[in-house]
Amino acid sequence: MLEISNLHASVEGKEILRGIDLVVRAGEVHAIMGPNGSGKSTLAQVLAGHPAYTVTAGSVTYQGRDLLEMDPEERAREGVFLAFQYPVAIRGITNAYFLRAALNAARKHRGQPELDPLEFLDLLADKLKAVESDDSLMNRPVNDGFSGGEKKRNEIVQMAVLEPRLAILDETDSGLDIDALRTVASAVDRLRRPDNATVIVTHYQRILNYITPDHVHVLSEGKIVLSGGKELALELESKGYDWVRTEATV
Amino acid sequence: MTSIETQVLQPYKYGFVTDIESDDVPAGLSEDVIRLISAKKGEPEFMLEWRLKAYRQWVKMAEPAWANVKHPPIDYQSIVYYAAPKQQKSLDSLEQVDPKLLETFEKLGIPLAEQKRLSGVAVDAVFDSVSVATTFKETLAQHGIVFCPFSEAVREHPELVRRYLGSVVPANDNFFAALNSAVFTDGSFAYIPKGVRCPLELSTYFRINAAASGQFERTLIVAEEGSYVSYLEGCSAPMRDANQLHAAVVELVALDDAQIKYSTVQNWYPGDEQGRGGIYNFVTKRGKCAGKNSKISWTQVETGSAITWKYPGCILQGDNSIGEFYSVAVTNNRQQADTGTKMIHIGKNTKSTIVSKGISAGHGQNTYRGLVKILKGATGARNYSQCDSMLIGDQCGAHTFPYIDVRNSTAIMEHEASTSKIGEDQIFYCRQRGLSAEDATSMIVNGFCKEVFRELPMEFAVEAQRLLGISLEGSVG
Repeated sequence: MLEISNLHASVEGKEILRGIDLVVRAGEVHAIMGPNGSGKSTLAQVLAGHPAYTVTAGSVTYQGRDLLEMDPEERAREGVFLAFQYPVAIRGITNAYFLRAALNAARKHRGQPELDPLEFLDLLADKLKAVESDDSLMNRPVNDGFSGGEKKRNEIVQMAVLEPRLAILDETDSGLDIDALRTVASAVDRLRRPDNATVIVTHYQRILNYITPDHVHVLSEGKIVLSGGKELALELESKGYDWVRTEATV
Repeated sequence: MTSIETQVLQPYKYGFVTDIESDDVPAGLSEDVIRLISAKKGEPEFMLEWRLKAYRQWVKMAEPAWANVKHPPIDYQSIVYYAAPKQQKSLDSLEQVDPKLLETFEKLGIPLAEQKRLSGVAVDAVFDSVSVATTFKETLAQHGIVFCPFSEAVREHPELVRRYLGSVVPANDNFFAALNSAVFTDGSFAYIPKGVRCPLELSTYFRINAAASGQFERTLIVAEEGSYVSYLEGCSAPMRDANQLHAAVVELVALDDAQIKYSTVQNWYPGDEQGRGGIYNFVTKRGKCAGKNSKISWTQVETGSAITWKYPGCILQGDNSIGEFYSVAVTNNRQQADTGTKMIHIGKNTKSTIVSKGISAGHGQNTYRGLVKILKGATGARNYSQCDSMLIGDQCGAHTFPYIDVRNSTAIMEHEASTSKIGEDQIFYCRQRGLSAEDATSMIVNGFCKEVFRELPMEFAVEAQRLLGISLEGSVG
């Protein structure tokens, strides 16, 4: 589904990613871990197409197409979803309105009829149930005045509605207390399907207690320095990132 | 399309010129010109005297310099103060209106012909200095409502005009109001009798066509005891390289328990990207809540004009009267706006609400200037003000000058202000959810203006959203 090869990217002239190689297949969950400043969030932003980042070398193929050639909105309509670390507020626009516009943009792209508000509300009710969320956030303006936990929960509701093929969760677990973490993480786990893939970018192992990854990668200074199975995450948790740095240089 | 930057603005859609023979008065202003205008309109003596008195005050006044706008000096002697499309003197029916004029308004989306009229809206169409047609006059007359061109009101209802003209905005109120009082040419007059709820939206569409002419219209709306009226004005002008002056005066009078809702969608030619041409929109608008429990509500969406200078305000004289001001002002390219409101609380338990949304893009400069004044006798007065500014790009400016003058200690005042910037992150968030950059911008801007748009009559809310989209098109890349 996703093939990243030798990806280099920089922001404001500073190189952050220094040759990433990664293959993600349908049905898989990958965890990308690493210390602060290792380039985890940059990777997520580059895959989503944030204009502040410049790709200086390498390639990314998504479902057989050159992902880097596509505008951010086209990537989204083709099923790439980024759950933001810091979701942005939009005043005066309700979540439900925003989400319907987003869904209809994707449906139009796929040649499906757009949903009217009533049809959308039916669909929304089903999706909210699937991620065990209520509709209290839906009539509030997008992320406006939301608590940290509400913002993260809202990202997952959007994910449930938009049904991405490739979901990238950027530090979705940060700033959540244990209860909120469990709610959000188990919702993500429930959205797993054989035909979609999830990339979880995280600093801590704890979210992986709820979502079992097929592969764990450790990012350090813009490169993947270690890859392994789910046990790698636990090892990291006990030994710390310094251990990786030593391992990698050996 | 990698960053937020100013790109080429979509061409102004209403910039065409109607080729029609015009009956002009020579450029320049003097007592003779005023006599000529008054004679052309067949006005009674009192009107001419009123004009001359205003003129004599105007010559002693100086153009105000306090507004946060810049423009080269205006040569008042090079302006044509009266320009009228040549046509038959008296028009008994629409068939006698020059088809070119009907076509012009149709192109502007204001069909005047019987079968195409906007349902539920009565329109007075003003072309340069004269009103060319007023629709639904008979329907309104059945309710005792007078809705006609101002010049007709001067002839047909001199007693009402005499009583109320200048009662809210005196001829010497300010430089531009004095100029208007001397030379005003046409505009609309509406009178809603006691206890009548006006069954239609009343509206006036102003069109400047002639080159070098100014438009100086005058609107007067009187709502008698217990009546209600909703009024809307719209406007546009051809694209010309020279600046043109528009100095209007609007007066509203609401008696006991009466309500006036006044909405404006202002789309005068804003000039080009370099700031060449465009309308100078220097307008005085004021309403007087003369009676108890009366209410006046101003809603404005200002997207056009090179310079906007206007402060629709309310004099809250009657006890328990309410004044409201809802505004969206957009400045793109080199546009400048200095706009806001004045709320003067005189009566007891008077309330005012101010919601102002300024949007600046390109090199636009947007200023909110508002005065809330609570006089000594205004026990229990309340004001709520909210001024929000939004910046698009990094070449534009937003300024806020709230003036508060409270002379009664029981007053309750609330003021909130915010400035935000449409950031790349906001646009990117929307694009990551599949929306195009244009749709994202329009969604963010519409969300920002929502509290104002919901005050507009339904048909015009849609129009206003569309207009806003056009004036900001290309401002986000």
